Amino acid sequence: MSVPAKLPRWAEFGLLPFINLTVALLLSGAIIRIMGESPWNAFKLMGAGAFGSQDSIGYTLYYATNFIFTGLAVAVAYHAGLFNIGAEGQAYMGGLGTGLVCLGLGHWPLWAVLPLAVLAGAGFGAAWAFIPAWLQARRGSHIVITTIMFNFIAAALMTYLLVNVLIKPGQQSPETREFAPGAVMPAMHELLAKVGISFSATPFNLAFGFALAASVLVWFFIWRTRWGYALRVAGENAQAAVYAGISPPRIIIGAMLLSGALAGGLGLNEIMGAQHRLVLDFPGGAGFVGIAVALMGRNHPAGIFVAAVLFGALYQGGSQLSLDLPKVNRDMVVVIQGLVILLCGAMENLFRAPLAAMFRRKDGE
Amino acid sequence: METYTLIVLLLAATLRVAAPLLLAALAGMFSERSGIIDLGLEGKMLGASFAAAAVSAVTGSAWLGLGAGIVTAVALALIIGFACITHRGNQVVAGMAVTIMVAGLAPTLGLAWFNLGGQTPQLDGPGQRFTAISWPWAQAAREAPFPGLLYAELLSGHNLIVYFTLILVPLSAWVLYRTRFGLRLRAVGENPLAVDTAGISVNALRYQAVIISGVLCGVAGTYLSTAASSGFVRDMTAGKGYLALAALIFGKWRPWPTLGACLLFAFTDALAVRLQGVTLPGVGVIPVQFILALPYVLTVLLLAGFVGKAVAPKAIGVPYSKEK
Repeated sequence: MSVPAKLPRWAEFGLLPFINLTVALLLSGAIIRIMGESPWNAFKLMGAGAFGSQDSIGYTLYYATNFIFTGLAVAVAYHAGLFNIGAEGQAYMGGLGTGLVCLGLGHWPLWAVLPLAVLAGAGFGAAWAFIPAWLQARRGSHIVITTIMFNFIAAALMTYLLVNVLIKPGQQSPETREFAPGAVMPAMHELLAKVGISFSATPFNLAFGFALAASVLVWFFIWRTRWGYALRVAGENAQAAVYAGISPPRIIIGAMLLSGALAGGLGLNEIMGAQHRLVLDFPGGAGFVGIAVALMGRNHPAGIFVAAVLFGALYQGGSQLSLDLPKVNRDMVVVIQGLVILLCGAMENLFRAPLAAMFRRKDGE
Repeated sequence: METYTLIVLLLAATLRVAAPLLLAALAGMFSERSGIIDLGLEGKMLGASFAAAAVSAVTGSAWLGLGAGIVTAVALALIIGFACITHRGNQVVAGMAVTIMVAGLAPTLGLAWFNLGGQTPQLDGPGQRFTAISWPWAQAAREAPFPGLLYAELLSGHNLIVYFTLILVPLSAWVLYRTRFGLRLRAVGENPLAVDTAGISVNALRYQAVIISGVLCGVAGTYLSTAASSGFVRDMTAGKGYLALAALIFGKWRPWPTLGACLLFAFTDALAVRLQGVTLPGVGVIPVQFILALPYVLTVLLLAGFVGKAVAPKAIGVPYSKEK
């Protein structure tokens, strides 16, 4: 294995992601130019659309909440040396768990429903990740392929359930009835109103708090516990882990359970917080955004938070952009997402090697 | 007689669904046999289907569309190659990145150029599409059910790309197992160090492999937008690239078994369309979703070793560097 060139911490977590993002934005700017719009104008509109008002900030953070959950999911698996492409399917199933609790126990008070909804979301997500994990650990089936297959199987299963089983009787569109008020995640503007702060009504909700709590827990788990240490060792070098008495199969299964549980958290925001019912395809690609977020955030919860807010801003700003510039639509954001994954993930050596050489020269080695 | 006609039509539909799958699966075969995981199949196909439809719409020639589709898919393949071979980047990440990028880029450019909400204009002019070729006396043969109908529906009545795809299977098998290039390709996917020691460039071989993959994905994408339908629509591939990858694994990275897997998967697809809402005696209505999910479930079972065993090329996913 070629060892990636070492960089100082600030360059690793600050400079390199910044360069990657800048290049991704420059390339997208070039595409906007080709389409006959001014890139500068487009980015300005996007910035204003994402942060210009309370409304837009609310939406930005609401999108960011989804991406924190999926970003953490990808990162935990990554630390164990696994590439989890299945966050999309795990989030889909996790949302099903949360949704079933909200549908079934909606007449209970919120303080009783909420913990169960969290547990069900995490549990369903973890369960969906368990099968590919077990197959990788015990039968050596490539987890990238199996998690892709499980995304499709989850999509088929959810379509079946929503069309044939859970659909609200007497309606055409495949979605469930709305949750009872007791099973709705409190919206941020309502909570802020209670302490005397007025904030626009947006889908931004308490699930953001859960996402932050999950970030802290993931940080503590990976860098401050024995278990997290074992996970990182197994991810760095499975052979060394075996000599240290760590069982890689157990790490694989444990890491994927945690990864799936985190992805399952998306349902708290999207289903319990925003939609208030189960609908088709509610993850909407957030599982794949999670890959970009984790890569750009260097698989660290703090970096993931920043990257998730950035992608939240891109999604919110992008939908604003399509209203103002008729030639540019929201798909432009998906292009930026792909470029970020390419530059931060697959081509990171492109800038890493020259940067490392520059720092070596400065240190006078 | 009714059942017989139904079966013949079902098989003909299977062949039409299988063609792009098979093209993409064979594309993946060349790439993966050289040691490069090909998660970019979906993106290369989608890019090609957009480029082909766009160029065919503007120039009025399906052949120029095919050329544009191939050029686009090869360009995308070279991005993957540059990231994974030259810069030794993560192959899974590179494939995902290209797929996501194209998923955004195709409708973006489509909107800017044609102003149709991300689609390309309808291809209805003469020569803008690859249309079905009727073999001699096919119309007359239809009168006699057997073997006439079989001849008219199954052998005749497909477009050029379908026939090309069918020739491609023996051709790929010959290239892979009977030529020097094929031998080297298989070797570089199993043990690149040995190939390097023999004085053959690992990187050059792998670049050749991803370019072949690009060409075949280009044809597959062109098929989707200019043969199977008339124009590009958003997310046109709808997971076919991943289904092709599953077929490749199901076919154990070999041409003939991959043909079998593609036909099986395409058959389930054609069957699902036929069985939509149909009540079967004794069984009731089979949910279409279950039939559509079958290829993925089967592939997982195969990967788990419950039905046969699929062994990937040994060096797959591992970037090769001389210094080690």
